[in-house]
Amino acid sequence: MDWNILSWLVWLPVIGAGLIVLVPRDKGDTMKWIAAAATAFQLIFAVLLWSQFDSSHVGFQFQEKMSWIASFNIQYYLGVDGLSLPMVLLTALLSFLCVFVSWKIDKAPKGYFALFLLLDAGMMGVFLSLDFFLFYVFWEVMLLPMYFLIGMWGGPQREYAAIKFFLYTLAGSVLMLVAILALYFTCGHTFDMTVLMAQANDGLGSMTWWGFNALKVVWIMLFIAFAIKVPVFPFHTWLPLAHVEAPTAVSVILAGVLLKMGTYGMLRISYPMLPDGAIWFAGALALLALINIIWGALCALAQTDLKKMVAYSSVSHMGYVLLGMAAVVAAGAKNGGNVLAAEAGMNGAVLQMFNHGTITAMLFILVGVIYDRAHHRNIDGFGGLGARMPIYTGVVALAFFAGLGLPGLSGFISEAMCFIGAFPVFKTIVIISTLGILLNAAYFLWAFQRMFLGKLNEKYVDLPEINKRELFTLIPLAVLVILLGIYPAPVLDVMKVTMGHLIQIIQQSSLLAAF
Amino acid sequence: MMTFAPYFLILPLAAFAIQIFFGKRLPRKGDWVSITAVGTTLCLAIAMFVMMLFLYEPGAKAEQSFEWFNLGELSVKIGVLIDNVTVIMLLVVALVSGLVHLYSVGYMKDDPRYSRYFGYLSLFTFSMNGIILSNNLLSIYMFWELVGLSSYLLIGFWFEKDSAANASKKAFLVNRVGDIGMFIGIMLFFTATGSFLFSDIFAGVAAGALPLPLLTVAGLCLFAGAIGKSAQVPLHVWLPDAMEGPTPVSALIHAATMVAAGVYLTFRMFPLFTPEALTVIAYVGGVTAIFAAIIAVTQNDIKRVLAYSTVSQLGYMVMAIGTGAYVAGFFHLTTHAAFKAALFLCSGSVIHAMHHAYHKLGDHDSDPQDMRNMGGMKSKMKITFLTMFMATLALSGVPFMSGFLSKDAILAGTLSFATHHPEHFLLPLFGFGAALLTAFYMFRLIFMTFYGKPAKQEVLDNIHESPATMTTPLIVLATLSIFIVYTLPYINPFSDHGWFTDLIVATNSVVPQHVNPSAHEIAEGIHHAHLPAMIISLIVAFTGIALAVVIYLKKKFSAEKLAKNLALPYKLSFNKFFVDEIYDRFLINPTIKLAKAVGFFDWEIYDKYFINGFGRITERLSRFIGITMDYDVLDQQIVDGVGKSTRFFGGALKFIQTGKIQNYLVWVLGGIIIIFIIQAM
Repeated sequence: MDWNILSWLVWLPVIGAGLIVLVPRDKGDTMKWIAAAATAFQLIFAVLLWSQFDSSHVGFQFQEKMSWIASFNIQYYLGVDGLSLPMVLLTALLSFLCVFVSWKIDKAPKGYFALFLLLDAGMMGVFLSLDFFLFYVFWEVMLLPMYFLIGMWGGPQREYAAIKFFLYTLAGSVLMLVAILALYFTCGHTFDMTVLMAQANDGLGSMTWWGFNALKVVWIMLFIAFAIKVPVFPFHTWLPLAHVEAPTAVSVILAGVLLKMGTYGMLRISYPMLPDGAIWFAGALALLALINIIWGALCALAQTDLKKMVAYSSVSHMGYVLLGMAAVVAAGAKNGGNVLAAEAGMNGAVLQMFNHGTITAMLFILVGVIYDRAHHRNIDGFGGLGARMPIYTGVVALAFFAGLGLPGLSGFISEAMCFIGAFPVFKTIVIISTLGILLNAAYFLWAFQRMFLGKLNEKYVDLPEINKRELFTLIPLAVLVILLGIYPAPVLDVMKVTMGHLIQIIQQSSLLAAF
Repeated sequence: MMTFAPYFLILPLAAFAIQIFFGKRLPRKGDWVSITAVGTTLCLAIAMFVMMLFLYEPGAKAEQSFEWFNLGELSVKIGVLIDNVTVIMLLVVALVSGLVHLYSVGYMKDDPRYSRYFGYLSLFTFSMNGIILSNNLLSIYMFWELVGLSSYLLIGFWFEKDSAANASKKAFLVNRVGDIGMFIGIMLFFTATGSFLFSDIFAGVAAGALPLPLLTVAGLCLFAGAIGKSAQVPLHVWLPDAMEGPTPVSALIHAATMVAAGVYLTFRMFPLFTPEALTVIAYVGGVTAIFAAIIAVTQNDIKRVLAYSTVSQLGYMVMAIGTGAYVAGFFHLTTHAAFKAALFLCSGSVIHAMHHAYHKLGDHDSDPQDMRNMGGMKSKMKITFLTMFMATLALSGVPFMSGFLSKDAILAGTLSFATHHPEHFLLPLFGFGAALLTAFYMFRLIFMTFYGKPAKQEVLDNIHESPATMTTPLIVLATLSIFIVYTLPYINPFSDHGWFTDLIVATNSVVPQHVNPSAHEIAEGIHHAHLPAMIISLIVAFTGIALAVVIYLKKKFSAEKLAKNLALPYKLSFNKFFVDEIYDRFLINPTIKLAKAVGFFDWEIYDKYFINGFGRITERLSRFIGITMDYDVLDQQIVDGVGKSTRFFGGALKFIQTGKIQNYLVWVLGGIIIIFIIQAM
C-alpha cells in the first residue's frame, strides 16, 4: 500500500476542518456536509484498511516512517496492528455517526464542527502513532478541542466540567511526559516505540532511582497517566461530570473512544515495553478492576440522572477490560502455563473495548434523543413511555440489555472472556466481581421500568417518536451489537495474533515465575 | 436427525424477527407466522419422536460440534447433541408451545400488542430449543439467559400495570442471582478441563481434573442456575409473581417448559455431582416441594395456587435427581408438562370467562382470578371443567393418570434412598407430605371454582364456555395426562414400565473413585421400594382429596374457623412465610441504601472535597506564592526593599557629599586613625 492510507486517516479530518473554516458563517449546512463527507471518507478508508489488513502477520503494517525533528530523533511514524485496528474502525465509525448526532447544533456550527474534526484527527493519531513523542503530541492535541467542545456547547456546568476534565487529564499527561523522557534518556535516545519495546524493560529494570526500581517508577507514572483516561478508580470522578455536561456527540466520543485510549495506552505502551511491570502490577490491576466494576455499578444504581447513570456504567464496564488485562499472568508456570486463560483475558479485554464503544455510544445517543424532547434526564420524571414511543423503547431495551451483558448481544461474550481469563489466577476477585453482573442488570432494568413501564405520564402524551435521523445513527451500532454478539470471530480474528504476540512478550519475563 | 436441528432454532427466530419488524402490517397481525414456525417444529419433533420409537435404542445419540471462534491456542467449540432426552424435550416444548399458540389466538384476540405477543412467544421457543439442543455449557448458558429475556418480556407484557412491571424485573434479577452461580460453575469446569463441551468436561472430571471438594462446589454452582430457573427455595420468589403475565404464557413458560430447564440442566449434569452435592440437591428439592405446597393451601388466586403447585412439583423433580432417581425426575418433568399446562390453560379459560362476565356487567373492580368470586361453574363450562378435573387427578397422583406413575417413581426413589441412608428420613416425609397437600389444594381449587354456589348469581349467568381455539388445546393436554400415553406398549396402570422407561436410562456418574452408587444399584433400590411407596402415596392422595371434600364440598368444617384455630400456620402460609418481606428488608433495601451512600460519597464528598481539594490547595498555594510571597514579600519587601534601602542610604549619604575638600580630609584622617587602632589591637 503505497498511498499512505494511515496518513489519510489522520489528516482527512484536518483537511475537513480547514475547509469548514473557509465556509461563510451563515452556511451552517455546508459545514455539516463537509464534516459528514470527511468522516465518511475516513470511515471508508478504515473499512478498506480492515479488508487489506493481514491478520496472520505479527507486527505493524502499512508503516509510514520519516524523520520529523532529526536533532532529537523524533519521527513521524505510523503503523497499525491487531490492537489498533479495531480502535481505528471504532473511531471512524463513531466520528461519522456523531456528525449526524450533532446535526441540530446551531450555536456556532463552524467552531463546533471544525473542533470536532480536529478531535477526530487527534484520536486517530493516537491509535496510529508508533513514535512515542508523536503519540504524546496527538494525545495533547485531542485535549484542546475537547475542552472547547465541552466548555462552549455543553450543559449548565460546562465551564467547570471542561476545566476539570482538562486539568485532570493534563496532570496525567505530565506524568506521561516524564516517563517518555525517562525512556528516551535511558534507552538509546529514541522515541521509536518498536525500539523501546525491545529495550526498555532491560534498560530500566537494572536501574535504581532514589532507592526505587526505575522500571516500577516509570510503570506507575505511565499507569496513572492512562488510568485517568480509563478512568480507573480513584481517578474516575471527572468522567460523570464531563459526560453529563458535554453535548451528546461529545459524550459519545468521550465514552466510546477516549476511555479506550487509557487501556489502549497500557496495552500499546506499558505492557510490551515494560512486561516486568505488567506482571508486577497484575494483582493490583485485578483489584482495581474489581473496585471499578462494583463501585461504578453501585454509583450507577444510585443515580436519578439518566446520563450520569450511563456514565457510571462506563466506569463499571471498563473494569472488565482491566480484569481481562490482568489475566495475562495466567500464562505463568504456577498456573500450568494457562495460555488459554491469558488469551481469553487479553482478547476479551480488547473485544470489550470495542463492544463497550458501540454499546455506550448507543446509550448516550439514546439519552440525547429523550433529552432533546423532554429537556430533562431525570429517570423518575418519565414513566410509561413504552406505550407512547414503542420504537424508541425497543432500541433502548436493546441497548440496555446489551449493557447488562445479555448473551446474544456483543457485551456478553467479551465480559465473559474477561472473567474466564482472570478466573484461574484471581478466583476470589473474579467471584466477587461477578456481583457486578447482577448490579448492572439491576440499575438498567430499574431505570427501564421507571422510564418506560407503568402508566404513561400525562405530561408526555404528545412526546414525538424517535425520528429517522436519530435512527440512522443508532442502527449501524445496533447491527454491530447483534452481529458480534452472535458471531464475534471477525473482530477476534483481527486481533488474536497481535494479542498472542503480546502474551509471548509477557511470557519471556522472568517475573512470570511468581504466577 | 441432526439435519432437523437447525430448523428448531432458525424458524422461531425468523418468526420473532418478522413479528417485531413487520407484525403489525401483516394480515391477522401475523399470528400465522409464529404458528407456522412452531407448527413446523412440532411436525419435525413428531418425526424425530417416531424415528426414536422405531429405532428403540436407549443409547441413541448424535452429536456435532463446530468452532465458534478461536484465539490461537484457545478454541471455543459449541454444538448440538441429540439423544432420546433431547427428542422428548423437543417434542414437549413444540407440543405445549404449539397448543399455547393456538390457545392464544382466542385468549389474546383484542390485545393491542397482539403481534408482539406472538413474536415474544417465538423468541421463547427459539431460546428454549437452544437449551435443549446444546451440547455445551457456554451455549446453554446463553440460551438460558435468553429464555430469561423472553420470560421478562412476557411477564411484563401488560407493562402498564405496575405489578407486571415489578414482577418482570424481579424475575430477571432473581434468575440472575442463580445465573451468577452457574457462571462461576462454568468457569470452574472450564478452568479445569479447557472446554465447554459436556463430553470433554465429563471426560476431564472422570480423569480427576477437579479434586473432590472442589468438584462438589463446582457442581453446586451449576445447580445454582437450576435453583433460579426452576424456582427452588430460596430463589422461588419470582415464579408466583410471574403470574402477572398472560395466562397462556404462565402455562407455557412458567409451568411446562422454561421452569423445567433447571431440572433438565441438573438431569444432564447428573454424572458430575458428588454424593455431597446430590444430598444438597435432594434437600433443596424436598424443602421446596413441601414449602410451596404449604403455601398453595391458603392462596385464593387461582393462578397463584397453580404457581405454588408448580414450585412444589419442580421441587419433586429436583429431589428425585438428588436421591439418584433421576430418570423418575425426568419422567415427572414430562408428565407434569402436559397436565400442568392443561391446568393453567383451564384456569385461563375460567379467568377469560370471568373477565368477560365482569366486563358485561360493567364491574371493573372485582378480581376475575379470585376463587372466592367463583363457584358453580361446572355446568357452564363443561369442557373446561372436565379437562381440568382430569389434570387435577393427574397432579394429585390418582391411578390411571400419568402423574400417578411419575410421582410414584419419585417417592419410591426417596424411600429407597432413605432406606439406605436412614439419616435422611426427612426426604420421603417431605415427599409424602407434599403429595397429601397437593391432593388437598387441587381439590380445594376444583370445589371452589366449579362446585357450590357462586358469590354473585348474575356473574355465573354471564359465564360462557371458551371458543374452540381455546378448548381444543385443553382436550389434547388432558388426554396426554392419561397413563397409557407413557407406558405403551404395556398397559398396567400401576407400573411405569413402557417406552419411556425403556428409552430413557440412567447413566453412571463420572465422579472418580466410584463413590456414587451405579445407575444399576439405584434402579434396583427403586424397584424394591416401589410397592410400599405406591401404597403410601395412594393413602396420602386419597386422604388429601377426602379432606378437601369434607371441608370445601360438604362444608362439614368451616375453612374460616379452621384458619382461626390454626392462626400461626395459616398466617405463615397465607403470607408465603414472609420471604419477600425478608428479602426486601435485609437484601434489597440495604443494597439500595449502600448504592445511595456510595453514590453520595463518590460525588458529594470524594469528588467535591478530595479531588477538588487538589484544585483548592493549588489555588491557595498559587495565591500564597503569587500574591503573598511574590508580590507582598519578594516584590514589595525584597526587590523594592533593595531600592528603598538604596534610596535611604543614598539619601543619608548625600549629606556627606558636601563638595568641600576639608570635610573629605577630616573623613580620611578619621579612617586612618581607625585602621591604626585596628592594627594595634
